[in-house]
Amino acid sequence: MDIVVCIKQVPETTHVDWNPETGTLMREGVPGVLNPNDKNALEAGLQLKERHGGMITVVSMGPAQAEEALREALSMGVDQAMLLTDPGFAGADTWATAHTLSLALKKMGKFDLILCGKETADAWTGQVGPQLAEFLSLPQLTYATEIESDGRAVRIKQRLEDRHRVLECPLPALVTFERNANRPRIPPMDKIMEAYQKEVVVWGAKDLGGDKGHFGLKGSPTQTRKVYIKKSERRKVQFLEGEAEKKAQEFIQILKQKNLF
Amino acid sequence: MTPENATPDVHRGIWVFIEQGEGKPARVSLELLCKGRVLADQLDVDVTAILIGHDVSNQVGELIGYGADEVILADSSVAKDYRTEVYTKIIAEQVLEKRPEILLIGATSVGRDLAPRVAARLKTGCTSDCTGLAIDESGRMILATKPFLGRNVMADIICPEKRPQMVTVRPGIMELHKPDETRKGNLIHANINISEEDVEVKVLDTLISGAHKVDLEGAEKIVAVGAGVDDEAGFEMLKELADLLGAELGATNLPVDAGWVSDERKIGQTGKTVRPRLYMACGISGAVQHTVGMMNSELIVAINKDPKAEIFDLADYGIVDDLYKVVPAIISALKGLKS
Repeated sequence: MDIVVCIKQVPETTHVDWNPETGTLMREGVPGVLNPNDKNALEAGLQLKERHGGMITVVSMGPAQAEEALREALSMGVDQAMLLTDPGFAGADTWATAHTLSLALKKMGKFDLILCGKETADAWTGQVGPQLAEFLSLPQLTYATEIESDGRAVRIKQRLEDRHRVLECPLPALVTFERNANRPRIPPMDKIMEAYQKEVVVWGAKDLGGDKGHFGLKGSPTQTRKVYIKKSERRKVQFLEGEAEKKAQEFIQILKQKNLF
Repeated sequence: MTPENATPDVHRGIWVFIEQGEGKPARVSLELLCKGRVLADQLDVDVTAILIGHDVSNQVGELIGYGADEVILADSSVAKDYRTEVYTKIIAEQVLEKRPEILLIGATSVGRDLAPRVAARLKTGCTSDCTGLAIDESGRMILATKPFLGRNVMADIICPEKRPQMVTVRPGIMELHKPDETRKGNLIHANINISEEDVEVKVLDTLISGAHKVDLEGAEKIVAVGAGVDDEAGFEMLKELADLLGAELGATNLPVDAGWVSDERKIGQTGKTVRPRLYMACGISGAVQHTVGMMNSELIVAINKDPKAEIFDLADYGIVDDLYKVVPAIISALKGLKS
């Protein structure tokens, strides 16, 4: 079973700056980590491989430093890694990102399953998975907490707000994973060292072909108009005084006044 | 069938996707009809509700009452359970035929599965998880506001050239107005060009979790727990308080991550957005990741040992004390009142 896992490097801290001209995130120089939720997709892929054999390829689109996230995936046990990087990819929204990934996957050729985290810890959109599935004309199974496959079909347990569903569809398909779907393995030191010996394939816009106007900021239907800090609406707090019992009585008086009890 | 050159000026009207289940529309869909009505009046266009399901025609009147001028009904057994490919196909075909300028979808699990797929098919932009919607100064474009990262960083996103402008909106943000039962509207039956054999995904089973469905967005009162509570006795005590008040229990990230409280009770950036009449913050410091989800509550009462806790900046009433002393005092006083 050949599996592709799509991952993203996200800023490690919440202290990230924006380019005020374009309104896009300035990722250069900001320490990055592998998006935590993507590890669930990697772990699921590794477990499927243990049962069914096959190859796992991990793919990421991002600046050159996203290679670190790919190395982390390699250390967890995936077979090969590919970085899609090009100045022309910068500033992509989810549409342009999914489009770029889809060109790479079409070029790579055969796969049975594409696995993704359900969302990333920077913008939380959760849109790239479904959009990639659309561009590849694949069925999408989202929010998986469990997955199984017999090599012809894939079955997941899907978490919706107040219910779970069991969904099944034929392969190939795209699956996105919940954060509690599994416990991602922690690679041992020797695997981490080994991962640094492996080659990471790098493709740019020229390798992918396609219309240049569909990449990066230019290919993004959405644009950031403005980024700003929202000030919390302060209220004027009135503190209740006295012993715990007195505060409790006062609190209840307030509830009564406001018709809340 | 794809709109390569979707020209903004031929697209008119605001559409709202109606998510439904258990025989009624989702609350967020009604919230979006109310907001859509306000925006439509600014743009001088109609609001259209697109309702998809099986045996759901009895919901049409309610949608008109909440602000729809027109309801597009796609009623078929193939659409009984939500499935991405069925709903995407129906919506995309209707949009291509009727060309709305704006399409609003609730940012529920279903909405967040559906919206990006529809946007990819229509080659248009979709802004996810918005907490604000406005028409920009040019008078025709929608400004969608969404929070970024963990801080109070907000971004205004636009979709200048492609149509429809798609937005998913977080539940509990937009105000739900009273429906007007005298409103009139049109019903349009959609053609459904997909049959069961065409659908690759099959729903083998649906399991409703738990007897009691947590409805934080609709709750009148919420007792919320933060990092200040970290033992069994503390949670039992706050559950008792919530029961006595007729409140739902909510939580910040920590008690959820630690497994004390289920994920569906999480409030804030990565959880729900609520606006109850009473919000009791118990042992909550007031980090912005949490407060973005509760700051629009009507009355906020905070209990915290630390008088400098940020939560007091947002509170109407503050109690600086040990939670484990004050809450039992409140509980016994409430019990006294009830008996």
